[in-house]
Amino acid sequence: MMKSSTTTNTNPAAQPIGRRDFLKLALGVSGAAVAAEFGLLGLTYFQPRLGAGDFGGVITVGKLDDFPSGSVTLIQNGRFYLSRLADGGLLALYQRCTHLGCSVPWDAAQQKFVCPCHSAEYDATGQVTAPPAPRALDLFPVAVQDGVITVDTSRPQQRDRFAAAQVVYP
Amino acid sequence: MKQAITEGEPSTFLGRVRASLAPAGLPSDDRGRMRLVVDNLVLHLHPTKVNTRSLRLSYTWGLGGLSAMLVMLLATTGILLTNNYTPSPAEAYQSILNLRSNVWFGDFLRNLHHWAANLLVLAAALHLLRVFFTGAFRPPRAFNWLLGLALLLLAVAANFTGYLLPWDQLAYWAITVATSLLTYIPIVGGVISRTLLGGPEVGAATLRNFYSLHIGVIPASMILLMSFHFWRVRKDGDLSVPRAPGEPPAVKLEKVTTIPFLVRRELAFALVWLALLVAWAMWVPAPLEGIANPQVSPNPAKAAWYFLGLQELLLHFHPLVAAVLIPAAALLGLAALPFADYRAESTGIYFRSRSGRRLAVLATGLALLITPVWVVLDEFVVKWAEWFPAWPTLITSGLLPLAALVFGLLLLDELYSRFGASIEERILALVIFLAVAFVVLTAIGIFFRGPGMGLFWPWAMPAGHG
Repeated sequence: MMKSSTTTNTNPAAQPIGRRDFLKLALGVSGAAVAAEFGLLGLTYFQPRLGAGDFGGVITVGKLDDFPSGSVTLIQNGRFYLSRLADGGLLALYQRCTHLGCSVPWDAAQQKFVCPCHSAEYDATGQVTAPPAPRALDLFPVAVQDGVITVDTSRPQQRDRFAAAQVVYP
Repeated sequence: MKQAITEGEPSTFLGRVRASLAPAGLPSDDRGRMRLVVDNLVLHLHPTKVNTRSLRLSYTWGLGGLSAMLVMLLATTGILLTNNYTPSPAEAYQSILNLRSNVWFGDFLRNLHHWAANLLVLAAALHLLRVFFTGAFRPPRAFNWLLGLALLLLAVAANFTGYLLPWDQLAYWAITVATSLLTYIPIVGGVISRTLLGGPEVGAATLRNFYSLHIGVIPASMILLMSFHFWRVRKDGDLSVPRAPGEPPAVKLEKVTTIPFLVRRELAFALVWLALLVAWAMWVPAPLEGIANPQVSPNPAKAAWYFLGLQELLLHFHPLVAAVLIPAAALLGLAALPFADYRAESTGIYFRSRSGRRLAVLATGLALLITPVWVVLDEFVVKWAEWFPAWPTLITSGLLPLAALVFGLLLLDELYSRFGASIEERILALVIFLAVAFVVLTAIGIFFRGPGMGLFWPWAMPAGHG
């Protein structure tokens, strides 16, 4: 009934909608609603299904003191590098190249990341130093509590370039 | 069927069982044979009679039939493979190794599935080209052309999702690179990629998602759409009729019954291809590399072969242009074809007309010449980004080269037009040019790209790459 009256109001022809047309419309709208519900429900089944402690969840990295300033450490189960800058600040850099998704290894001798796929390069802050990468390495949020570092790997954060505000200080 | 029973009811029990299952032999009259097609659940997708000219192998090349046969073969081998496969990162690769060494004919079954799948992408693409070349996409077959396009996309999707399942290095990185292309789609790209992967990168959830798509969603959609596709052929008045250039359309067509003239050909054709595939699968193993290692990207990291044309484009254009604008324009263009080129006058004539044939050769030659030259120039000489360092890369490596490309195509079109080509012939020349260019790009991606995606001669490729 309510549907019928709202439809009548929005009808510019200002003609009351007939019973037959109303039923047709109701059938169409209900059908579309059912299809949309099942469709969206189906899509949620493709969404991430996470286990705690694995990549995709919150990872406990370890004690702050184990990571000296100016070090870059691969946290393998979290798929990120914990980069401790010279001033003691922390960044968790997703190891995935922002160009086409290859894993970027850290070259300790040259102090930079070099992608094996299309030779993009990044510095210890994740800033691009050689193309074709379109933006700096993605970040994961870092938290330090009671001297223990945790990193939330549920959603990589995109950034165009390195900015001082991205660094977490313990 | 009712008639057969009342007319001559079999006197024995087994005779009555047999009569209920299948007709007793082939009726001698056309009417009875047509009846057989209509009364059969599968065969009724066919017309009851076909014209003799469209039966010529040199007209259709049997490519649609080959694709259908391959789908059936893939479904059969696929079902058997699921019995020996576990879709989890810990077990997937092990189950492939087990299949290869401990399962009866397991390796052969995998090879057959792999090669049939690759052949399907090829056969479906060639089928599309055949239908385009003969003008068989025009009304009343416009809707069936769209169905065919959807089926081609499903075949590629089936191939793509199956590519991940062995969980080897090849699979892991091909899917990583290909799904990374998706993230360049503005606004929705990230969501699509994340939903498909079930997370930010290829992992356990991706394997389960792809498995469900590969064995459930995609095959079910394909079987539905295929039935629809075949049935539309009948509804659209059977296949288009081949003609020589200049020959007027036949007024009265010689027709024969589908049973046995078409069905027998289809079966023989399918058996020949099955024999070839079985022989191929016995001699040539499907590739399998080491187990997937998310820490170590191979160099170069290549997508599956049918995406290498796209990956090649990506080396020359900004990702938004290469991975989004150009593919979207190509797909929309293909879908729009029957509504732009809709006059049926030249339907059934390969390449439209005599002048159309000359134009097709010209367009092919131009594409074969221009594409490699353009790739080499763009690699070593043209540096838009360095010439205009202050401009954003979307303009310098995206829109500028795209504008140059479009300008070149318009120039070619103007040239054809000056020489009196009709609109049908100009569309033909454009599509052939782009199709050949795509094939050339794919070949460059497969054979000429080595470490760091640099250009190498295939015979001088550094060992262990390419």
